[in-house]
Amino acid sequence: MTEMNMAKAINLALHEAMARDDRVIMLGVDIGPDEGVFRITEGLFARFGDKRVIDTPLAESAIIGTAIGMAIYGLKPVCEIQFAGFDYYNYHQLECHAARFRNRTRGRLTVPMVMRAPYGGGIRALEHHSESREAIYAHTPGLKVVIPSGPRNARALLHSAIQDPDPVIFYEPKAVYRLFKEDVPQEMETLPIGHARVTQEGKDISLISYGASMRPTLEAAECLQDEDDASVEIVDLLTISPLDIETVVNSVKKTGRAVVVHEGPRTCGLAAEVVASINENVLLNLEAPVKRVTGYDVPVPYFSKEQWYLPDADRIVAAARETLNF
Amino acid sequence: MPRKFIELSEKIEYLSILDENAKVDEALEPKLSGEQLKTIYRYMLLARRTDERLLLMQRQGRLGTFPQSSGHEAVSMGAAFAITADDWQVPAYRELPGMLYRGWSIDHFMLYWNGFEEGARVPDNVKDLPICVPIATQLLHAVGIGMGMNIRGEKNVVLTFFGDGASSEGDCHEALNFASVFSAPVVFVCLNNQYAISVPLSRQMHSETIAQRAVGYAMPGIRVDGNDVLAVYVATKEAVERARSGGGPTLVEGLTYRLTPHTTADDPKRYRSDEEYQLWLSREPLKRFRRYLEKKGLLNDKDHERLEAELDSEIKQAMERTEAQIKAEDLKNPTSMFDHLYKDIPPTLQNQRDEFARYWESRHKASDKQNPQKSGARTD
Repeated sequence: MTEMNMAKAINLALHEAMARDDRVIMLGVDIGPDEGVFRITEGLFARFGDKRVIDTPLAESAIIGTAIGMAIYGLKPVCEIQFAGFDYYNYHQLECHAARFRNRTRGRLTVPMVMRAPYGGGIRALEHHSESREAIYAHTPGLKVVIPSGPRNARALLHSAIQDPDPVIFYEPKAVYRLFKEDVPQEMETLPIGHARVTQEGKDISLISYGASMRPTLEAAECLQDEDDASVEIVDLLTISPLDIETVVNSVKKTGRAVVVHEGPRTCGLAAEVVASINENVLLNLEAPVKRVTGYDVPVPYFSKEQWYLPDADRIVAAARETLNF
Repeated sequence: MPRKFIELSEKIEYLSILDENAKVDEALEPKLSGEQLKTIYRYMLLARRTDERLLLMQRQGRLGTFPQSSGHEAVSMGAAFAITADDWQVPAYRELPGMLYRGWSIDHFMLYWNGFEEGARVPDNVKDLPICVPIATQLLHAVGIGMGMNIRGEKNVVLTFFGDGASSEGDCHEALNFASVFSAPVVFVCLNNQYAISVPLSRQMHSETIAQRAVGYAMPGIRVDGNDVLAVYVATKEAVERARSGGGPTLVEGLTYRLTPHTTADDPKRYRSDEEYQLWLSREPLKRFRRYLEKKGLLNDKDHERLEAELDSEIKQAMERTEAQIKAEDLKNPTSMFDHLYKDIPPTLQNQRDEFARYWESRHKASDKQNPQKSGARTD
């Protein structure tokens, strides 16, 4: 075991994946000698050279579009889009092509590629650098969407994403990159895509979240345990598409109460899908309406006010109390 | 004959009027009055000093990450000086001198880079769009404005800016092509500082110049010394006159250099050599233009000292105003995040606003939340 932060753990996964499989190619801007604006590609250019760690011209659509070609050709491209706020340029390539080639060709041509991008707020970044629009990708049939919440699951899930036979969006919560360290095992490990994790068992209420919002969710759980003597179950979704409905449903069946938390805007956000799944499966087990604590339906405010937009422990606790006292 | 050459105008002009030693080509020198020349210098210097002050504020934690403008003054100011107040300007994010000249206040930049939307509110009577962060996207807006001018039969022009990195984006191609097809009165100014964060020009393109791309769009293209404000002015002015008289768009490339990191979050030592930096520092735009003014008898050391003091006090006053403004209730209250999304707030959003307003009331009075500086951008 080695203690490391998420930035280091993702970097480790990239080193491991490139070392074990020479089909893995990296594309992005500033990922070469500069080693990434968040230093996620540290040491890769020096170790694997410019044929495999490719600084491209500044063109997100071209990065994803050429990666699709490479993937069809037999390589395994891992693309870095510098900030998720700029992946709209390439959404077209993902929606129209990456997500569809397998289906259009009845399985003959496939697109095993990964798009990595730092997403979310909380680092006082400037305009367009704090968005959480993961729901757009979850809403796109043919893509898988993975969002880790800590160093160990980030490394394991990135390996799974790179090994996956289909296109995977790997959204990295940038506020968590250097937030805390965790033990990461020496040997390479994977985590199955499409599986949520119950990170803490409880009887009274399920707090369901993923990615950057796991931190305030954990804080809220502690507060509810200490101040309300509540037994809190925590579900970390890890993959938001395909959604692990079974784990969510089993948890809510047990607790009868749930709060779903995410940074992205509320309307058509992931929480809406989670709540619908709960209603479809265990409506009669519910003791209270399921609450959502999310970003509001507005652009992330510039950083002087972003902390008021992001779900924090206070808002989660308040929602949980309403649910518990319903 | 089945196989022959198609004649194209493939010659791309290069223009330099005032060289790094302040030697001027008198035949090419624009006819500008002493007052005009002093105005140009004033805004170049104001922008340089503002940029330096913003950096200081950033280092003190009183500002967020921001992209500096130092080194780009000639491109921005030379071009902006070539249009009138009735023309439009569509900037990217390093056009500080031109924006100050067009009527933006220093306060705007202090607010914008400190995380306040109010910094992007275009001043009344200024025909500019605000700073545009997503690369190359603004160019299409400029073309749309230009097409609108054609539709309405107005004789105005649009001046827009983009970087060398932006020249690789699809939007850049689409904008140049639309402008050409619709003969939109747009002057595209490429602020070529030779690096897109760390990626050098050689990784951005294999062509000799960005200006030569104009050939593919059947529009005039010219490369100028981007540290020579006179050359930028002359080339832009010609393009503006052509656009105004119905001659369509032009691509002007100003070759310059970033004297700073890309933003305050990056370290250029990783991708640029000190020799290269020193070489371009010796070519920077302010020094030569100051000497030019001195030789013309428009500026002496005493004038310069006075100007520096005047600009310094202007910047300090802006700082004081800004710091007072951000402490005032209307700028502090985050409930405003709901108020400018639609003309009339829809009921669903009103509900969220009400919910938030109650939360804000209950929270902010108890204790003023500090914005946590978490991990992330590499300031570590």
